[in-house]
Amino acid sequence: MVRDPIALDGRIPRPGDHAQVLVVGAGPAGTAAAIEAARLGARVVLIDENPLSPGLMGLDAPLWFGGRMTSAVQQPARMLELMVAGNPAIAEAFEAGVDVRLGVTCWGLYAPGPGLAALPCRMVGLSDDQRSWMCGFDHLILATGQRDVAVAFPGWDQQGVMGALALHSLLNRYEAFAGRRLVILGSGDLALQTGLMALERGLELVALVERLDQVQGDPALAAQLTSAGVAIHLGQGDFAVQGGLDGVERLTLQDGTQLACDTVCMALGGAPAIELLDAASGATRNSPGGRIPVLDGLKTSISRVLMAGDCTGLTLDAEESGRAAARLAVLGEVTVAALPSETPLLAYQSAWLEPVREDVVLCQCETVTLGELLDVRAPAYLGPSTEQSKARSLATLLQDGPPNQDQIKRLTRACMGVCQARRCREQVSLVMARAAGLGPTEGPHAGHRAPVRPLPLSLLADWEEGAVMARDWDVWFGIEGAWTPHHWIGTDRAGTQPPSHPPVESDA
Amino acid sequence: MSPSGAPIVVIGGGVTGLSAAWWLARAGHRVLVLEKGVVGFEASGRNGGGASHYHSPLFHEEQRLWPQMDDLLGYPTEWRQERVIFALTPEHLAYYRYMASVGRELGYGAEDIDARQVRELVPLAGDTVLGGVHLHYGGHANPQRTVQAYAWALQDLGGEIRQHTSVNRLISRGGRIVAVETSAGEIGLDHLVVAAGPHSQRLLATAGLFLPLGMARAEMIVTEPAPLMPVGGADGHGLYGRQTLRGNLAFGGGPHEWLDMDADGPVSRPTSPPTSPLTRNLARRVAELLPKAAHLRVIRSWAGIVENTPDGRPVIDRPADPGNLTVATLSSVGFGLSPASGRAISQLVLDGHCDFADLGRLKLDRFAGLAPDWREQRGWTAAPAEVAA
Repeated sequence: MVRDPIALDGRIPRPGDHAQVLVVGAGPAGTAAAIEAARLGARVVLIDENPLSPGLMGLDAPLWFGGRMTSAVQQPARMLELMVAGNPAIAEAFEAGVDVRLGVTCWGLYAPGPGLAALPCRMVGLSDDQRSWMCGFDHLILATGQRDVAVAFPGWDQQGVMGALALHSLLNRYEAFAGRRLVILGSGDLALQTGLMALERGLELVALVERLDQVQGDPALAAQLTSAGVAIHLGQGDFAVQGGLDGVERLTLQDGTQLACDTVCMALGGAPAIELLDAASGATRNSPGGRIPVLDGLKTSISRVLMAGDCTGLTLDAEESGRAAARLAVLGEVTVAALPSETPLLAYQSAWLEPVREDVVLCQCETVTLGELLDVRAPAYLGPSTEQSKARSLATLLQDGPPNQDQIKRLTRACMGVCQARRCREQVSLVMARAAGLGPTEGPHAGHRAPVRPLPLSLLADWEEGAVMARDWDVWFGIEGAWTPHHWIGTDRAGTQPPSHPPVESDA
Repeated sequence: MSPSGAPIVVIGGGVTGLSAAWWLARAGHRVLVLEKGVVGFEASGRNGGGASHYHSPLFHEEQRLWPQMDDLLGYPTEWRQERVIFALTPEHLAYYRYMASVGRELGYGAEDIDARQVRELVPLAGDTVLGGVHLHYGGHANPQRTVQAYAWALQDLGGEIRQHTSVNRLISRGGRIVAVETSAGEIGLDHLVVAAGPHSQRLLATAGLFLPLGMARAEMIVTEPAPLMPVGGADGHGLYGRQTLRGNLAFGGGPHEWLDMDADGPVSRPTSPPTSPLTRNLARRVAELLPKAAHLRVIRSWAGIVENTPDGRPVIDRPADPGNLTVATLSSVGFGLSPASGRAISQLVLDGHCDFADLGRLKLDRFAGLAPDWREQRGWTAAPAEVAA
């Protein structure tokens, strides 16, 4: 069979690293999956990106840390020790024979199929703080959990505004939370549980602030907080956070009451961490609880890629789903039937966004305000808007078709920054849905792209690529004669080869 | 034109079709663009943004028009003139200097520069530079902004764009194309421009015309922003790309993957083709090209699907039969040439010939007699699947 000698096929090697069952995420679902798969006799690799590199934490990846880490996060050995001590299932996985790799990030999923036939096998891209490499797998179980969701309010770009999942991680996994006086946004179960945890850890919990007029979560949990003297301020549409050099200093309620604090923790619910699946073009869809994978049992739309735990968006027991995914991978048994969560998190987050004024920044990395988003304003570095540009807006764009978040990204740069839209993907979608007269669950989705963690060029680079990659590398398609200057054709210079014409070999 | 009152229909809301439609609307004609998805969402919005195509008969017009495009369109394209191409190997250096010599032969300013001069213009370059060329012509624009600018400017002139409208086939009667059958019914037309990228082959076949195309995916990566360099249009080392005005480094190059076609177009996942582990080989080369940027974080990769003709050169042609059809594929280098290609297409539609460039070598009939299995003969087909589902 004749092949184009410089095409991609044959140039991506089969990785030396390979797992029969690869599990991403060492939380309750991932450790349960790894242990169960090992007990069933599989060769299992379990990776977890914790302990995180401080550089990623500073970029709010994967959680919204808001800069509230102590210097303890600069000591990876200590972080590793605390993490293992705090999660006995990791030791159990070791004992079960699982190849446990901590501090290893999975940044890409690559599955051969139509449109990507040049891959020699299924593989993922992995990295630690030294290098990146590819790892093949027979079965992949994604147990990537959830990430923080942010909504904008005045002052949300201050250091010290952070997500509840990040707070849990800093307090429980690393003992590295730098704040002392805390205000929590939200009153759902996540907010209430976060408040109780803060009290238990000896933090000063100043108050909970709720946008809606009623407490959203379990009244019994709320009662525990109020009996501990914690106020829950309801109906707060118009609050703001002020700060100074060290970030947050106070939160001002809409009646002018000032709550002195150093940290504002947003606890409006998490988003299933679907980025690996989505970047590999696996099917996802909107649900009341957020963007979730399209699953058949625990199977994603990509062959031999399963999901378990909180990243599924399903109401299921994390450990049970992990074990079920392992049995599905190793034995082919299907044992799980669960329904997506109906908790209307998107509607709740949308309600928080409703009072946001147009001068508030929605995308922190690219400094795009709500008003600029609605105006589809080109960034300031392109100079003053033309009259034609001023006449364009999201409203005029919507006359041409349904809202498209990738289109808005390209024009306004909202969601195009170094945090890879972890802080603004959901809120930009919700704003666009509202502008289009759609419900919160009918909003557009900005696709994820690999690498799903922002990794340095030098770390992501393949420094050990095969010789054939370098030998045949061409800037473009290398079609003989395609770049011969037009005015030479038909003259005696037509056959002139440019110097160092790339070698064209035939393997026919 | 338009004695029947029917519009000129353009199939394809990519950069070529939109530019052609915009030029036609500028000339006062009623134009309707049919786009299966969103304007510029395929390769037109996913490319390096370069505009220095010295090999093309449209080169002079490309160079003449780009500096005017922001004003002509009324929207920013992020166009920046000039380009530095530099080498880390003697082979690349010889090739880049050959490119500059062709530019000079065509009457444009281009200098051979040494390593120190490269580093002055491109401070993120390192000690590994051997030398390069400084082209005072050519340059880059932002593909995504430019495509939307064409679309908006077309609408400002009264042109119509119907997104999410796919075309199934061309309908001929009495030796002319009279209508297209679309997902939203039949649409009558006066003249038809087919600029549907990879879909053009399938569409033209429904009118008995043979446009041979091979389809392939090409990939790029993007980093977080770096401080702006004196010349953002800086590439080389086997890469194409630029530093955007925001500061991000966006580069592509290297092996492509040929894709098979089915009734709906290239066999790929919809809209946003996934990239491959080639991301790592690209990252390596960008780190080698700009070692002082090696610490920058890669925040995205993306891919576009481009079509190529067998000789890698465009087709811009109005075949004698049927007489009211104009065909355009730019064969994988359409973005930079788009101001000129659109104007050439508009002249073919309105006048039957182009008055500023010789399009004689871009005719469709040069492929008459090509073996039906020409793609297989060259290996321009999808790799054999090695992995069972």
